[in-house]
Amino acid sequence: MESEYIIELKNISKYFGTTCALKTVDLSIRNGEFITLLGPSGCGKTTILRLISGFEQPSGGNVHIGGELVNNVPPEKRHVNTVFQNYALFPHMNVFDNVAFGLKMQKMPKSEIKEKVMQMLSIVGLQDLAGRKPGELSGGQQQRVAIARAVVNNPLVLLLDEPFSALDFKLRKHMQLEIKHLQRRLGITFVFVTHDQEEALAMSDRVVVMNQGSIEQIGSPVEIYEEPSNMFVAQFVGDINVLKGEILETITSDLPDSNHAYRAEVEGQIFSVHSDRKFEKGDKINILLRPEDLKLEEEHLGQSPFLAGEIIETVYKGATVDIAIRLDTGLELIAAEFFNEDDEDIDYTPGERVAVTWINGWEVVLLDEDA
Amino acid sequence: MKTRNPLIRLFILAVAIWLIIFALIPNFFLLAISFFEPDKHSYVIADFTLNNYERLITPSFITIFTDSLWLAITATAICLLAGYPFAYILARASARFRPWLLLLIVIPFWTSSLIRTYALINILQNNGLLSKLLEFLHLTSEPVSFMYSEFAVLIGLAYTMLPFMILPIYASVEKLDTRLIDAANDLGAGSLRTFWHVILPLTAPGIMSGCILVFLPALTLFYVPDVLGGGKGQLLGNYIQMQFTKPIPDWPLGAATSTILTLVLLLLVLGYKWSLKVSSQRSEFDNADDDREQKISSRFQAIPQAPKISGLGARLMPRKQRIAGSATEGNK
Repeated sequence: MESEYIIELKNISKYFGTTCALKTVDLSIRNGEFITLLGPSGCGKTTILRLISGFEQPSGGNVHIGGELVNNVPPEKRHVNTVFQNYALFPHMNVFDNVAFGLKMQKMPKSEIKEKVMQMLSIVGLQDLAGRKPGELSGGQQQRVAIARAVVNNPLVLLLDEPFSALDFKLRKHMQLEIKHLQRRLGITFVFVTHDQEEALAMSDRVVVMNQGSIEQIGSPVEIYEEPSNMFVAQFVGDINVLKGEILETITSDLPDSNHAYRAEVEGQIFSVHSDRKFEKGDKINILLRPEDLKLEEEHLGQSPFLAGEIIETVYKGATVDIAIRLDTGLELIAAEFFNEDDEDIDYTPGERVAVTWINGWEVVLLDEDA
Repeated sequence: MKTRNPLIRLFILAVAIWLIIFALIPNFFLLAISFFEPDKHSYVIADFTLNNYERLITPSFITIFTDSLWLAITATAICLLAGYPFAYILARASARFRPWLLLLIVIPFWTSSLIRTYALINILQNNGLLSKLLEFLHLTSEPVSFMYSEFAVLIGLAYTMLPFMILPIYASVEKLDTRLIDAANDLGAGSLRTFWHVILPLTAPGIMSGCILVFLPALTLFYVPDVLGGGKGQLLGNYIQMQFTKPIPDWPLGAATSTILTLVLLLLVLGYKWSLKVSSQRSEFDNADDDREQKISSRFQAIPQAPKISGLGARLMPRKQRIAGSATEGNK
């Protein structure tokens, strides 16, 4: 059975006792892609990984790897390998033996093992440390051994379970790039689990956002960030401002690429908003705006419609500056701008009156389900 | 082990004084006596001689020695084969049952092992429990006795020593990171090969500790062969005991035998220590090795000094304290 998908989860559910870890989940993973399962702890992302690796059996539904049903195939018989959280390197074996373990289990001839292991170690830059024990390596080096130990088996799919959680910030950034490059170079499908949204956006071809045992959205990092399909995704991935509003009437769109346009009341002002979604007159809505999508001007320069408010705080972040604004309606917003000392429009001092607008069409409009 | 707590220092000092008075000094006396002449009236005369050791070089003593060695090795092997699966299941049992299972192992210690050895007679004797069981299973048609045989002695030794095998192995299995087992499975090892390549090597320190804890006493537990073996074939333990208790005691001969035994045990322990050193030196990098060796030797030293108390007491301590206590052993 030839398929574009290397892994297919069909109608998967998983219960631990009476606790539901996964509600019916469908997920298809393409051959060669870098896909990330993103969500808060307890969302079921690690459970999906363990269902693929074979350490858990689904309570319902089917797991297919390479077109074959593998529900009852034990981990050691599956052609997938895992990079474990905290690496789980064998402490009594040196680096070479750790990496060679999988090949030895396959009963590969010794000379071939040696060649493959040394080749793999040179790919991850550890050929000089083959004789060391894991306890004698730094965190980043252990991480590389863990990756080499899994990849050397040339798996159909490589599973990575929060592999960077033990690394410091700088090393983490560095390893993110390294892994991404390695994936491109090897062409192996990577399934990556993390709770760090920045990591997910930076590394993946596709991101699967999960919450409470369900998939909330699957899409490219850009789609996830710019077109969140619900409030959970919007608020979990990146910072976002949520404005309350109500649809007043449908109007003709003045933008070429959006389907629908509406006149809407947003925080007491009348704006035209754009969306691919269909709304009715009187619908309560949330208007979602990323901090970097907000535009600030001094109030007297503002062109109607705008939201009036005052700056309450500015946080200098080097290249950018975060500006906290309290609207006259009481709502607090965060705007992010490139830091520019000579900015004519604004000097970012607390108490300064500002007019807040946004680039027309960059807003995301969702039905307010709580209203 | 470095500690600044004065109370703990005081405690260690007390233990050290205890060991000096009740272990070191008596052993020194024993060593001295082994070089003295025997005497009917005052037991020994302080004349230096090597005669006692020469008297031991006889075929009958060598038989006693090899018989004892063989019995102790077999008893250790039985304990290992029975104790390892037991300890493994124990360490992997759910946290709710574990303290109770441990308690079951410890409870027999509340009865003197001599009494428990006598209790074994009820099981092994003619028409005893074992005999009745075999009859019930139609494996034998008439009552059988297992008493006064090597088999009975082995059963007795294994039964008495089993907890000393289980507890150190339990400790090492409990410390084993289960993710390593997952990793081995993930890399294509089935349960058998996972056991051989990962679980066994990582629990080897527990196995070694257990074997030493069982082997040494098994060599010298004189009352088990006396009670269950009927003192038929003499063993080291009761041979030594006899030198001190026979109508005309021969202290120097007993002392010489005992000294030889101590030497053999010392060699075994040194051999174990040396094998650890060699295995850790195979790695190329020295600083980390020192650290590792220190850990191993500190663990190792903890065993012969106060095995019963530290082994059992530690297992019964609340988990938190235990972790704090074992932090010096440092499992990374």
